[in-house]
Amino acid sequence: MALQAPTVPLRKRGAAPGRSAASGTGGRTAAIFLVPFFAVFAIAMVAPVIYSIVLSFYAQQKSGLGFGEAKTVFVGLENYFQVLASESFVSGIARLGLYCLIYIPVMVGSAVVFALLLDATVARARKLFQLLVFLPHAVPGVIAALIWAYLYTPGISPLVQALQGGGIQINFLDAHLVLPAIVNIGVWEWTGYNVIILFTALQAVPREILEAARVDGANEIRTALSIKFPLILPALGVIMLFTIIGTLQLFTEPSIIAKATPSITSTWVPNLWAYDAAFIRHNLNQAAAASIIIAGLAAILSLVVTRFSSRMNKP
Amino acid sequence: MSTNTLPVARTKETKPMAKKPAQRRKSTARQSTARQGGFGSKLTVNGLLVLGSLYMVVPVLWLLFASTKNAADLYGTSAYALGNFALFENIAAVAAQDGGLFFRWMGNSILYAGVGAVVGSLISVMAGYAFDKFQFRGKDSLFGFVLVGVLIPNTATVLPMYLLASVVGMTNTIWAILIPVLCNPFGVYLARVYASSYVPMETLEAARVDGAGPIRSFFSLGLPMMMPGYITIALFQFVGVWNNFMLPLVMLQDQQLLPVSVGISIWQGYAVPQPEFVPMVITGSLLSIIPLLVAFIMLQRFWKSGLTAGAVK
Repeated sequence: MALQAPTVPLRKRGAAPGRSAASGTGGRTAAIFLVPFFAVFAIAMVAPVIYSIVLSFYAQQKSGLGFGEAKTVFVGLENYFQVLASESFVSGIARLGLYCLIYIPVMVGSAVVFALLLDATVARARKLFQLLVFLPHAVPGVIAALIWAYLYTPGISPLVQALQGGGIQINFLDAHLVLPAIVNIGVWEWTGYNVIILFTALQAVPREILEAARVDGANEIRTALSIKFPLILPALGVIMLFTIIGTLQLFTEPSIIAKATPSITSTWVPNLWAYDAAFIRHNLNQAAAASIIIAGLAAILSLVVTRFSSRMNKP
Repeated sequence: MSTNTLPVARTKETKPMAKKPAQRRKSTARQSTARQGGFGSKLTVNGLLVLGSLYMVVPVLWLLFASTKNAADLYGTSAYALGNFALFENIAAVAAQDGGLFFRWMGNSILYAGVGAVVGSLISVMAGYAFDKFQFRGKDSLFGFVLVGVLIPNTATVLPMYLLASVVGMTNTIWAILIPVLCNPFGVYLARVYASSYVPMETLEAARVDGAGPIRSFFSLGLPMMMPGYITIALFQFVGVWNNFMLPLVMLQDQQLLPVSVGISIWQGYAVPQPEFVPMVITGSLLSIIPLLVAFIMLQRFWKSGLTAGAVK
């Protein structure tokens, strides 16, 4: 101890007398704590992305007749143009956009409503409801998609059977309904998670404010809409951000559902497109370009959402 | 002792049963319904809560019922009726397939998720702690990198990781999974929040005056104080790795190395031409979520606080 103590603070003080050395720590000690994380960060995120960017500038080209060894040629942005010009990639992006347009309002809307209901003064058994509503989040995406795939399959599904009993013939897996069917899986998986976040934010609303509103004659709905809701907007901003990033990841659910129906093509969403490029079409350079486009899209969208929500929160 | 606890338990149980005063209140609640247009009524609120919860619970219940049926009953009987109780036969079939491959997959999932949870979270907690407690040059820009890491979707880096791993010959090894699961930028972000709220600067200052170095005071003071945060980060990392599908799908070809998520999806592929695989897919799915359900129910307190810390700050 006596050996250790002087070395660190002394060196620190000598190096940067101006800076506060509150706990006798500085760059050197911080480095010991930070190196493990930044090492894995470099290996698992930075290096792969940089390598992919490099890869995306090259292409494998065979000589005129397709014989002989393929050569690696620098093609600049050609791969990006090809990906963005590919009809299947663009329609995948459009499909993802449509998915977001349905999924985000439905999921976030139900989470807000459920959290407000849970926070209503007359709500009972709050702990139990929280646990039940969170239950789907403990179910892995693969299993959730599997369960719903069976619940959509005629012959095995109680849902389809019940609807048929009521005279409704419906095929959740046909080309028109498969998108809403996948939206439903996402809603099922993520609503409860966000209910918990919003409910905790609601619990933090000072009770005096609510009491004052009640005294002023505001009813429960009025209080929920004009007092509680504005106060949970910051939490809602964070939820929107993570939801948008989450939807760009869409891969597991469609790839599981694809085994139950031909309505989902191998290039249905951008991630499936990139997977298909790498493992079916064996065009790694295009797959790299597609991955970079998806990551870039995520970065742009999250920047927009962060800007927007921080502006919303600053009156 | 045991005689003492009984009445306590009983009064606890009877509390919700003693609805008489509540019933009396119902009439006033009804009056307020008329005034408030329905939303505020106890019946509407709790009815909607029940409906919402049913939507969440029924699919899981279906899985439970379906796992007790053999292939014929699955297609032949009503979904929530108990046919011939075949759960144990189904489990036996799952266990026997390919010489117990399913349990190998479960073991792999536990290994990958366990390493991610224990080691990966420690790495994140150390970094988060350093960001909160230490002063150093370039802190803000380094933390900026962490935030960028949070914002890049996982699946967008999976293919790049595969491309790099195939250059260094690491695909189809456990390292192709074990190294990426150590990287959890969101864990660093959460750990920074926890460090600032759980570990007071004065405590560290006192430790320093007593002669403890920063590493020693982290392990003997900081880490124990942040333990609830560590457990929360570890729980979410465990679930995240357990649920990960695209990374192992892309990285691993050897069936012996697969985690259970990818393994079951392979069985699902078999079940298309061979319906006798359907009960195994269903029963395997049920078995694979039991560890997660148990973890979530046992650790309720932690995940709730974890979600809050992430969203409120």
